[in-house]
Amino acid sequence: MSPASLPSQRTGAAAPNPGPAGPGATPPTPPTQQDISAEIAAAHARAAAAVAAGAAPPDHPPRDFAPYRSSVLRHPRQSLVSVGDPEAAELRGPVFGVTDVTETDADLTRQHLGEPLGERITVSGRVTDRAGRPVRGQLVEIWQANASGRYAHQRDQHPAPLDPHFTGVGRCLTDDLGRYRFTTIKPGAYPWRNHDNAWRPAHIHFSLFGTAFTQRLVTQMYFPGDPLFPYDPILQSVTDQAARERLVAAYDHALSVPEWSLGYRWDIVLDGPAATLPDPEEGS
Amino acid sequence: MPRPTPSQTVGPFYGYALPFTDGARPAPPGHPDAITLHGVVRDGAGQPIPDALLEFWQAAPDGSLDGHPGSLRRDPVTGGFLGRDGVRFTGFARVPTDADGHWRVHTLRPPASAPYLSVCVFARGLMHHLYTRAYLAEPAADALLDALPARRRATLVARDEGAGVHRFDIHLQGEKETVFLDFAR
Repeated sequence: MSPASLPSQRTGAAAPNPGPAGPGATPPTPPTQQDISAEIAAAHARAAAAVAAGAAPPDHPPRDFAPYRSSVLRHPRQSLVSVGDPEAAELRGPVFGVTDVTETDADLTRQHLGEPLGERITVSGRVTDRAGRPVRGQLVEIWQANASGRYAHQRDQHPAPLDPHFTGVGRCLTDDLGRYRFTTIKPGAYPWRNHDNAWRPAHIHFSLFGTAFTQRLVTQMYFPGDPLFPYDPILQSVTDQAARERLVAAYDHALSVPEWSLGYRWDIVLDGPAATLPDPEEGS
Repeated sequence: MPRPTPSQTVGPFYGYALPFTDGARPAPPGHPDAITLHGVVRDGAGQPIPDALLEFWQAAPDGSLDGHPGSLRRDPVTGGFLGRDGVRFTGFARVPTDADGHWRVHTLRPPASAPYLSVCVFARGLMHHLYTRAYLAEPAADALLDALPARRRATLVARDEGAGVHRFDIHLQGEKETVFLDFAR
């Protein structure tokens, strides 16, 4: 069965938007992996040339990254407008507390009557700001596919089984050292329709808050050694290799629980100015 | 200094994880000063975006930016969402767009001195969230608005539709592209 005949609506590639005309236009047939890989290599080469010419290596993906086709019409073309107001509301942010989480939220294997299928894992790490200070008492949210690579979402109809004992949603608050910890199962890789034979490497989606709304982060954690990394335009949208490596958790034997679960460590650094704190350059 | 963790797209499947009961309703039910802010999120072809997620952060009516826990107030018995407590204003809202790209929040009016809601936009296809602001009124002086040409400035000012309803459309790209903000420093 060709990907085009799959019932999946993974990317919305069949959306009515035809895309812009000219180079980079969406072709009538899906691009091949070779096409996408060549575009990724070209984008990485352009980014490397900019760094060689003196630009700082970018921490974040460019919003315009055509190998990920859905980005084409969903990024602004105008430059962002800088806000320097020290009274800006964005320099503070929402707060969360014991009312907002329950004890079982952090264990995704205990949210149903039975045990989910798959490889049980512990994922833990620290959340800090870009000055290295722990982010305390803030909300961490995760969501993921099950061990077969299927999301508990109506729009995910690809032929992999749902697991009645796994939803794939977790929450916790960071502790006083900025630490978080989840017990879950290792998600599976899954196909999507960005291009022909497109597969996402296994990943867990993370949502994080800092002390200021400016530090908001939504990202994805990957597993070490996944052979799908070079083929994936979403991971590869981060053009700097060192930055990409920061999205990959480390297997941590000390976090593994004997006869129970394998441990992965993933530390997170929030970008953007923190709340009511001096400029990091003055504070260090 | 540690380097920041890169952003990645929210993707298409956050819908069973991030939205929560009363996410669009920071205003206590029946509050006499509650307002409604609503609009449509569109892409560069003018098409509505059915899988965007918007978050809002704002000062309380008295100007406080302290916020309050309880946006996601939970039921310890079932683990479900209880909705907000109807008393304390958390300053935070989260709302996914409908199939037609439309969204709405019911909130309290921010103070006249800083009459805006901060808006954070997430979507499938958007690698890195975008910040903008929805101004409910035009302040006499505002460093951000005053530095913008009129046409761009207009993208940040919600249209008053009367009866406490304000319209704020978001265009990610194109002729009507919304002004998006950078707080990097």
